[in-house]
Amino acid sequence: MSQPPVAPISGPTISAPPGIAAKRRVSRINRRNVVDWLGIAPFMLFALMFLIVPTVYLVAGAFLTPTGEFTLQNIADLFQPSILGAYWISIKVSVASSLGGALIGFFLAWAIVLGGVPPWIRSGLLTFSGVASNFAGVPLAFAFLATLGRTGLVTVFLREWFGFNLYATGFNLLSFLGLTITYMFFQIPLMVLILTPALDGLKKEWREAAQILGASNWQYWRKVALPILWPSLLGTTLLLFANAFGAIATAYALTGSSLNIVPIVLYAQIRGDVLHNPNLGYALALGMIVITGLSNVLYIWLRMRAERWQK
Amino acid sequence: MKANRLGAWIAIAIGAIYFVVPLIGTLEFSLRMRRGEYSLDAYRSVFADIQFRETFGYSMLMAVATIIFGMLLVVPTAYWVRLRLPQVRPIIEFITLLPLVIPAIVIVFGYLRLYNSSSWIPFTASREATNALLMFAYMTLSLPYMYRAVDTAMRAIDVATLTEAAESLGAKWPTILFRCIFPNVMSGVLSGAFITFAIVMGEFTMAALLNRPAFGPYLQLVGANKAYEPSALAVIAFSITWISMGLIQLVSRFNRAATAKV
Repeated sequence: MSQPPVAPISGPTISAPPGIAAKRRVSRINRRNVVDWLGIAPFMLFALMFLIVPTVYLVAGAFLTPTGEFTLQNIADLFQPSILGAYWISIKVSVASSLGGALIGFFLAWAIVLGGVPPWIRSGLLTFSGVASNFAGVPLAFAFLATLGRTGLVTVFLREWFGFNLYATGFNLLSFLGLTITYMFFQIPLMVLILTPALDGLKKEWREAAQILGASNWQYWRKVALPILWPSLLGTTLLLFANAFGAIATAYALTGSSLNIVPIVLYAQIRGDVLHNPNLGYALALGMIVITGLSNVLYIWLRMRAERWQK
Repeated sequence: MKANRLGAWIAIAIGAIYFVVPLIGTLEFSLRMRRGEYSLDAYRSVFADIQFRETFGYSMLMAVATIIFGMLLVVPTAYWVRLRLPQVRPIIEFITLLPLVIPAIVIVFGYLRLYNSSSWIPFTASREATNALLMFAYMTLSLPYMYRAVDTAMRAIDVATLTEAAESLGAKWPTILFRCIFPNVMSGVLSGAFITFAIVMGEFTMAALLNRPAFGPYLQLVGANKAYEPSALAVIAFSITWISMGLIQLVSRFNRAATAKV
């Protein structure tokens, strides 16, 4: 399929006489520089047109009145109860699903790295995680409706075999709890994928050294392993948080517009200006960027700290 | 150590239940359409739906276009940055990670405001231009994965030496790029392509807001109006993701085997 790699050729480089070369070099460097930068021009143009300028446009719009004057009113308007409520439920769902995903993901990663299970489980789980972390959106909502919805498999199973009516307990898939459980389907695999290499990086020598010095298993985890792992743990949790915060398709397909998380409010605003102020829509988008941006910046910083141990 | 292993098995069991039950639930539900017995009626109904075929085809076409144009953008850029501009690598990498930071709905919101029919570049004025805009949107979404895949593959080959060798044999730059660099980073190109395919096939927000007849909005529409077909569609969508990821594994394994042989 691929061509055989061409063998490296080393030979004498041809050089011009020193005097002329020096004179020529100046202009050649300049020209070469320009050509060098032209090489990434298409990429830069693409990034500007389809990533940076649209985002900056929205951010700028958040500080403008509809007639184009500077204002902070849009930002202040974000603090009205309905919008604050949307941010609050979004943050709650994202925090719950990222913490739950991180916790279960950590135990799964721990089980396949240090738990002594057969290797096929490890490779199976990692492959499955690669698939499941990309299985989000509308189909995920369908899967959970078919499982935990009113006529879903688990609901029916519990009712017919144990006489237990799940929906009589106040459980509803179209709610905070239901959305959290659904989101965890792509959160846990992501945690497993990122954390497995970090756990692989725990050196056996550290554990042996701790044991020789008389540390118990608990002391080893508490004083050695967790202090090394916490930047990866916390960082990945932040990544999961941002991941859940920006997601819309699953929630929209699951709850329609009955659960007002921020992306759904923004979706409605884009479709039909439900807030009756386009610039308030920009402010809503700005709020989303700020929250996901902050958690990503923290994630990158924590990952840099984590990598100190993985040389 | 024994307790350790028991704990590990408990964790695996809980994980397995959580992951497998929804899949079984979906599969079971998709077979329930005929009263009292399992049947493939829901699938028959899905495949008979002309809208299914149209939207599926549309998204497939979109995915292929996104992959081709995305790779034409990403491979030369990654190559050039490695060869000539190593100092801008952090900036480029930062830009490629931005789509993970800025939610897709915000990006498409920006497009709608910036490229509306009364703007300088009226992308949304005609159907063809909106299709192009959606393709660019998908390229943006898949940029983090494509760039990472290609750049990782490029790290394994010596770009500078390959280029010098090709140049000294008299190759012009299209030859260098398409006959020398592309084949050598094929594993990265392919894994980037498969993940892009999976992303584009399931994407909902951008296609819905740009009003294009893609597979994602169709799924949502069916979900809001029908009972059993959504589960059948979820099974189909899951298979697509599964096949894409399986192909990535296959490509990387194949590539590793090939390198080991050399």
